[in-house]
Amino acid sequence: MKKQLMFAAVLAAFAGSAMAEEIVVYSARAEQLVKPLVEAYKKETGVDVKLVSDKEGPLMERMRAEGSNSPADILLTVDAGNLWQASKMGLLKPVSSKVLEANIPAHLRDPKNEWFGLSIRARTLFYNTQKVQPAQLSSYEDLADPKWKGKLCLRTSKKVYNQSLVAMLLSEHGPVKTEKIVRGWVDNLATDVFADDTKMLEAIAAGQCEVGLANTYYYGRLMNKNPNLPVGIFWANQKGKGTHVNISGAGVAKYAKNERGAVRFIEWLSSDKAQNLFADVDMEFPVNPKVKPDPKVAAWGSFKHNLINVSNAGARQAEAVMLMDRVGYK
Amino acid sequence: MLSSARRWRPVAALVSLVTVIPLSVILAALAVPDGAVWAHLQNHLLPELLRNTFWLVLGVGSGVLLVGMPLAWLTALYEFPGRRFFNWALMLPLAMPAYVMAFSQLGLFDFTGPLQSWLRAATGDSSWVPSLRSTGGVALVMTLAFYPYVYLLARNAFASMGRRALEVGQSFGLSRVKGFWHVALPMARPWIIGGVTLALMETLADFGTVAIFNYDTFTSAIYKAWFSLFSLPAAKQLASLLVLMVFVLVWLEQRARGRRAYTQTGRAAPLPRLRLTGWQRWAATLWAGLVLLLAFVLPFGQLLWWAWQLAAEEFNADLLGYALRSVALSLMAAVAVAVVALALAYAQRRDPHPATRLLAKLATLGYAVPGTVLAVGVFVPVAWLDNLLLGWFGGALGPDVTAIFKGTLLVMLLAYVARFLAVGHSAIDSAMGRITRSQEEAARNLGYAGWGLLRHVHLPLLKGSLFTAVLMVFVDVMKEMPITLMTRPFDWDTLAVRVFSFTTEGQWEHAALPAVAIVLAGLVPVILLSRQKDHA
Repeated sequence: MKKQLMFAAVLAAFAGSAMAEEIVVYSARAEQLVKPLVEAYKKETGVDVKLVSDKEGPLMERMRAEGSNSPADILLTVDAGNLWQASKMGLLKPVSSKVLEANIPAHLRDPKNEWFGLSIRARTLFYNTQKVQPAQLSSYEDLADPKWKGKLCLRTSKKVYNQSLVAMLLSEHGPVKTEKIVRGWVDNLATDVFADDTKMLEAIAAGQCEVGLANTYYYGRLMNKNPNLPVGIFWANQKGKGTHVNISGAGVAKYAKNERGAVRFIEWLSSDKAQNLFADVDMEFPVNPKVKPDPKVAAWGSFKHNLINVSNAGARQAEAVMLMDRVGYK
Repeated sequence: MLSSARRWRPVAALVSLVTVIPLSVILAALAVPDGAVWAHLQNHLLPELLRNTFWLVLGVGSGVLLVGMPLAWLTALYEFPGRRFFNWALMLPLAMPAYVMAFSQLGLFDFTGPLQSWLRAATGDSSWVPSLRSTGGVALVMTLAFYPYVYLLARNAFASMGRRALEVGQSFGLSRVKGFWHVALPMARPWIIGGVTLALMETLADFGTVAIFNYDTFTSAIYKAWFSLFSLPAAKQLASLLVLMVFVLVWLEQRARGRRAYTQTGRAAPLPRLRLTGWQRWAATLWAGLVLLLAFVLPFGQLLWWAWQLAAEEFNADLLGYALRSVALSLMAAVAVAVVALALAYAQRRDPHPATRLLAKLATLGYAVPGTVLAVGVFVPVAWLDNLLLGWFGGALGPDVTAIFKGTLLVMLLAYVARFLAVGHSAIDSAMGRITRSQEEAARNLGYAGWGLLRHVHLPLLKGSLFTAVLMVFVDVMKEMPITLMTRPFDWDTLAVRVFSFTTEGQWEHAALPAVAIVLAGLVPVILLSRQKDHA
């Protein structure tokens, strides 16, 4: 026993000891988009929020390997699909919070309350304003029409945003029709798919293609830099079920060491004062309906969201990926 | 004698464990196949992936040979305008991470880049320009990123023995060109093949570059199975196949090196460099200049331009912190790798049994495993060990202690050793091969044995290549991303982590400043590398 204690003391010296209240966040959201929030929270509450940044896959694998000894209190991602997956892997725990239920619309959080959307990322249509009239545009489905042959630009199907979009189409149309739509997209491509949204938008601006799909904040960043680019935004599927939205969101880790602190932090992130900070730093949309988006973002006009629960993105993600592989969407 | 040789086998075994344990974690997945995902991959992706990977390996393999070897030959044995400058400058692309090179080159040469935009403005059309986002384009960019391995190792070989061999050749009446084919090339073969192997291992492990080009290789499939289809078992199975492919590659390398021992007899006065004349001298300058322009000047210029535009918002004191941590980490890792590589090479020397050779081969395979996969392979057993220890002693430590070894520098360094041992080993092992048996015999007769032998005979002779190993690993660790992300201690953000946090959001221009810092920090060792070789 004495020996054990001594060994434990040595190990403790190795591991370092605990200090003031802290929350450990495993974050797949880029550090520069989270740091301002961490600093504001520390200023307000004195709580230390430590960030461990990596991609979602490694972070979840890490939590799984660490098991009950994981230091993570919160998992933060940039899409719903990965949160759904984390929940399925048993890495998260349900949270019952009146604050979160009040601040976050039902379709933007997990039906089992294991994770919560904190900002909205809308994926919609963009077009070259010199070549296309907005009246010619309508929906994601319409981009499969042969009239767009040789005029469409897309980002790679490896990006989760496209996987989520196709997963949502799957929920709406079923596999047969969705496969037809995505095959139509591939047939209409003007050039090989791009590795990121920004390059894709630049290609539209340069006239390499006329229409494409991107997340709105990429458009915001690009136009901030160069306001004269001939690229316009069009809210997709307004006559149908609405524009596809995804979330950047968070869940409490199953083995959180500071569960109450974690819940409080997520509640704070969903609150009026933090929502602008969370969304505006990246020109995203707040999830909290009481909070107005950044004026630049608001200028793109309001739009109808697709109200289907974002968890569908995760549930059908693998199916969506396989579908895109089948039709040769790289 | 035998027993003293045998003593070294456990050393080799211990060293190889650093790589073998993570690899086993990956290979263990072969036992639990994910049938559904595997069938999908087989039906829809594998044929193309294998084809793509094959062409890429062929393209980069012949590319680095065609670019690296002639340049090594020229700078080692000929005098032409600018030779002294090119001698070290041609090493510069080594300081630039391949994925950074890739986004920079795409920024320059894709449809929306300045070149094609200018063409469209001037002639109204740029559609005839072949797309860089193609098999040839990826192979070209990777060739530009990886040729310095061949250049460095081949030039080293040519400079130190090519000349002497050529003297012999000349005494038999061989011209210099013939001497190249009949004498220098066969003699330099182990170094050249070593360089090509390093380049190909990097090619097979690469994810960043192919992702930027959206060129699907084996590595892309591993990531797809893992991140998109959420099947880590399928991802590990693919990784296992990759490891097998690499093992074949390494085996081929061994075969190609042959059984001959490459030893050197005494030092002779260096042959004076032959002065190129007429069009030849300018052709040499032009060729070296063109390679340098494409592989470094243009992409680095593009990076500088981006960094300059955003310098006002990005340049701050934090950057210095990232840089210092990057340098400190790279230095520690470089020394660790060099020491371990030396132990391994020496064990092989003392105990030339096939078992030791196999262990050494296994130990160097980490270089060809995609970084993220290797990172998981390292993390899982460490977390397991932590959980075990915490299970035993956790009660005494209190509930807040969640890690013993996780997140310590020790684990991080071990992970780097697993990843970069091939780089260090390649440099040291080649040089070890040049120490003659008779040199060792002589020392033994003087009474040196064991560590004394290593210290007084091998270390002085290996000093140069140990330094090479340290520098090469230093540059590689500066550029490394996935292992750093997964194993770094809290708040230990480095330049590469900084680059990651921007590129993950597609903000390449913002990533330019930390990328420039990586290149600048890498310049010093790269220049040292080329200087050092001059006196080798």
